[in-house]
Amino acid sequence: MQLIQRKQSTFLTSLVSVLLGMLVGAVMMLVAGYDPIQAYAALLSSAFLMPYDIGETIRTISPLILTGLAVGLAYRTGLFNIGVEGQFIIGQLAATIIALKLDLPPVIHAVVAVIAGAIGGALWAFLPGLLKATRGVHEVIVTIMMNFIALYLSNVLVRNWLSAGADSTEKIPSSASLRWDSLSSLFGGARIHMGIFIALASALFMYYLLWRTTSGFELRAVGFNPDASEYAGMSVKRSLILSMMISGSFAGLAGASELLGTSGYLAIQGAHTGIGFDGIAVALLGANTPGGILLAASLFGILTYGGSNMQFVEGVPFEVVRVVFAAIILFVAANIVRWGTQKFRKKAVKEHA
Amino acid sequence: MKRKSWGILFLSILLIIATGCGAGGNQGGEKGEAFSAGLVTDTGGINDESFNQSAWDGMEKAKKDLDAKIKYLESKRDEDYLPNLTRFAREKQDIIWGVGFKFNKAIPEVADQFPDHKFGIVDDNLGGKIPDNVVAVTFKEHEGSFLMGVIAGSMTKTDKVGFIGGISSPLIKKFEVGFRAGVQAVNPKAKVTVVYAESFTDVAKGRSLASNMYNDGADIIYHAAGGVGKGLFDEVKTREKGKYWAIGVDLDQSKLAPDHTLTSMVKRVDVAVFDIMKDMKENDKFPGGKQVELGLEEDAVGPAETSDKHVPDKIMKKVEDYKRQIIDEKIEVPSNEQELKKFKS
Repeated sequence: MQLIQRKQSTFLTSLVSVLLGMLVGAVMMLVAGYDPIQAYAALLSSAFLMPYDIGETIRTISPLILTGLAVGLAYRTGLFNIGVEGQFIIGQLAATIIALKLDLPPVIHAVVAVIAGAIGGALWAFLPGLLKATRGVHEVIVTIMMNFIALYLSNVLVRNWLSAGADSTEKIPSSASLRWDSLSSLFGGARIHMGIFIALASALFMYYLLWRTTSGFELRAVGFNPDASEYAGMSVKRSLILSMMISGSFAGLAGASELLGTSGYLAIQGAHTGIGFDGIAVALLGANTPGGILLAASLFGILTYGGSNMQFVEGVPFEVVRVVFAAIILFVAANIVRWGTQKFRKKAVKEHA
Repeated sequence: MKRKSWGILFLSILLIIATGCGAGGNQGGEKGEAFSAGLVTDTGGINDESFNQSAWDGMEKAKKDLDAKIKYLESKRDEDYLPNLTRFAREKQDIIWGVGFKFNKAIPEVADQFPDHKFGIVDDNLGGKIPDNVVAVTFKEHEGSFLMGVIAGSMTKTDKVGFIGGISSPLIKKFEVGFRAGVQAVNPKAKVTVVYAESFTDVAKGRSLASNMYNDGADIIYHAAGGVGKGLFDEVKTREKGKYWAIGVDLDQSKLAPDHTLTSMVKRVDVAVFDIMKDMKENDKFPGGKQVELGLEEDAVGPAETSDKHVPDKIMKKVEDYKRQIIDEKIEVPSNEQELKKFKS
């Protein structure tokens, strides 16, 4: 009974936070002299108006699901994986290398490249996991630093090895592409690709692993209380490393599928893409559950894709959408609903007594 | 507890419904016969004090002189180029511009998908394979940069000048090589220090690179680094007047540091963009499938008009002299490393 109530309240927290966040955005638009109702209408309608938009919205959502899962899974084991961004880049890089340097038949080529991306991400997350497990080095510090190593490593390799001194690689051959023509044409030529299926499968995998297997139970137990888990005979070290690696492989999958499906080439990047960091927000809003993450990623994807249309139709700057994101996160983190309801409950208890 | 949260829920649902109802009103928009043009910026954004802004100036001129309907979309990430271009294509614009060489993969793709629409790309020739519904506008940046080199080489007191590039690429290389050749031509013993920020947006990095160069003895720094260049101006402003100088790029950037800006290598993206649209509207001519390359001869690159404020007349005359020689093809300005080697010997 109590469990159900708690579930409801996290859902309510998220829902109310989203609405409050949008309200903050609306107030900002009013202050800046825009019509918030028109703007939100443009945002929502554009995300679903035409098949092309639906396709592009789904395309925006798929990497967010994966990076959200990556953050969420690590968090379940008590780890804060800020390095999703870096693991995402390594996933992109590994997929690009396979796509450009190997010559394989269609389908197999794409599958190998996707797997390479997952392995790349997992290995990139292995190091912080290992350091945490053996030396107790805080994973936040290590993963933040490794984000920069990943970014500049990717830039150096693109310039000196994967391209002839240009700022981006050639397009990947179609044999390695995750785009599927009949799926694209169904959505008016949008760049929707197999990444969404990878993302959904990963969400299922996370659910199955955490709540239906022994090692998943261990991962969660370590997250709740590492000392008790150790005492109960579980290997905390193994769980920490395993959790980081699975988390990293989700991030790597996100990078690989973005690259093989959406852009098709790897460019020199001056700064991080932000998809990995958005994953933190997605996981937080989704309460680190696969279902919640799917919903949260969908919301952020719709806001992101529809947000640029808000600029197109109503002239509202895209930054407003980022403010809405930030406000939502703030409300979730501050747990504003429980704060409100607790006060009320206390009063109710008094009245009953 | 229940009542309060239900109240919040109810309010929120009201809000959603209200937003949803607004959706019907704003579709379509008026359909006139006016010339319409759309512009998609690269990740630099519309106020980049650089080529995106310059292109938008050209669009605004079209609005004034040609009565055109204009609109822009900013791209936040490289992945946004395609959907942004598509958004315009679905609205049927007369021409859709992609500003910056980063569009070199997205433009051919939309051009193929929307063969009835016309597109323009600035700063890239698509490797020579330009579709029939695309015009590629490029500039001879090396020629303009050569003149910057002439000014810097003549005015340096320390015989050390600097160059800050954005992301290393063939395009920025043209700026660098032209500048080095210009310095070399007037002052063979001067040394040019070259660094790349590997970013077009990192202002802080631009500032620290500039600071290092000035501390290292350089007294004039030329940048071709988009937003990174703002850092150069932030740094030079804090230094002694009349001793340390910056040279801007793309637009006349003297307003960023009026007392420290020697000159700017102005690239008239606005004129190029405007001229093509004017020709389309008035003569129904579109140079599809062609590369329009503009240099000193077309007055599309060169020193900013405010240059004479800090540059002495004697040197401005020298610049004019070199400009004439380049237009008359007596000097061939190098545009890459091999040509520079030949130029030196």
